[in-house]
Amino acid sequence: MFTNFMRKHFRKIHEINEKYATPSLVMSRPVKTCLLMLRCYLLLLVGLLLYKFISVLTA
Amino acid sequence: MNIFTKLFYLFRRCWKALRLFLILSGPGLVVMIADNDAGGITTYAATGAKYGYNFIWFLVALVPVAYFVQEMTVRLGAVTKRGHAEAIFENFGAFWGWFSLVDLVFCDWLTLITEFIGMTAALGIFGVPPWLTILGVIALMGFMVLNGRYWTWEKITMVFCLLNLIYIPAAFWVKPDTHAVLQGILPNLPGGKFDNQLFFFLMANIGTTIAPWMIFFQQSAVVDKGMTEKDIPFGKFDTLLGSVLTVVVAAFIIIVVGTVLPGVEIDDAAQASRMLMGSHGYAGTFMAIGLFDAGLLGAICISLASSWALGEIFGWAHSLNNKIKEAPWFYAAYFLALITAGGVVLIPGAPLVLITLFVQVVAVTLLPAALVFLILLLNDEKTMGEYRNTLFENIINIGIVSVIVVLSSLYAASALFPGLFS
Repeated sequence: MFTNFMRKHFRKIHEINEKYATPSLVMSRPVKTCLLMLRCYLLLLVGLLLYKFISVLTA
Repeated sequence: MNIFTKLFYLFRRCWKALRLFLILSGPGLVVMIADNDAGGITTYAATGAKYGYNFIWFLVALVPVAYFVQEMTVRLGAVTKRGHAEAIFENFGAFWGWFSLVDLVFCDWLTLITEFIGMTAALGIFGVPPWLTILGVIALMGFMVLNGRYWTWEKITMVFCLLNLIYIPAAFWVKPDTHAVLQGILPNLPGGKFDNQLFFFLMANIGTTIAPWMIFFQQSAVVDKGMTEKDIPFGKFDTLLGSVLTVVVAAFIIIVVGTVLPGVEIDDAAQASRMLMGSHGYAGTFMAIGLFDAGLLGAICISLASSWALGEIFGWAHSLNNKIKEAPWFYAAYFLALITAGGVVLIPGAPLVLITLFVQVVAVTLLPAALVFLILLLNDEKTMGEYRNTLFENIINIGIVSVIVVLSSLYAASALFPGLFS
């Protein structure tokens, strides 16, 4: 039963990925720049979180 | 036509508009008043104790901030008939879609825990055990959604929104210095100097004004309510009224705490309520009731924001107009979030303070993305047509979003590294 449930949902996730594979918004230069900046910002945040996590573990 | 006939027609037109507004109002008022959740009440109480009435003008300045951001969700929801999660998936692809969805669900769940912490602490003042509070809240929230009508849910929620105004009589009870309060409305430098502590409080107050769940919740609520393009003016007014009310409530909390507990270090709103009860019994009781109500409103909206988003993406039936048999997964997600979040609060020795701090950090990973997506979508002519952002709206919104992103990021950094601004 659990396997069926998981299989059904993994299939659903795959379907969602296929459905939304191509963004419908036109990827103009400003949009691309915004998304790039967002990625950089998130990387910085993840870096800060990791640094905090490691410093708490090693303290 | 004589003057009386003209007045009669004017009255009839206004009455008709008011009736229409009462039917269409809801998402904006609910989301804005729920913004003053348990965490928000603690922030305002701590601010009032630290800076007295001098912070009120800053809260007034936050009215347009909240309005301009949330108003965009009204237009986007009414035009696209899609929630924010679905809009992100469709317009930015699966990567950003999954990032937003997973982050939203996780962030909402953590925030839900903080709402339960607030509610159990508030009712704990009256001797109600935490397990009973959690059980009662889950039962009440179950009753609200299981009737299978969005309209009924919204009107019950509006009653709790009305209860949030309880801080207003509490403020009159403590007899504040009216002249000093009026002076606090005028721009001034709280504390007399700009230091790290003031900066921290500014960040905290901005941080409580806009949260990621609000964007997702209001857009989904607009869609579930069935609002269309012609309802946008009412939706905008609803949001404006909500933004004003949320600031009014926040200002009255500051007045209550600033009058009775000036200079006291406040760790949480329940502590402030207990202290208030010592000297001003009714004001303290009102504060505790208000704290419970704030936590409840927050929980009502946050749990729905996640369920709506999950329903939009996984293709489940996801309307409050559906009965439980018609939308089992939607309601399962709703109750799972509630039960697990409530359960965490009951675990002995659970790191509740750590969770409260962690919420701020997780929210900041989602907030900039949700705001940037909102502005980009509102500028897409193909999607929005005549309802896209004007140049004026873009200047205002980009300015607001930039300030929110910078300050909320610094706030999260200060939560991660407490010594950063000391």
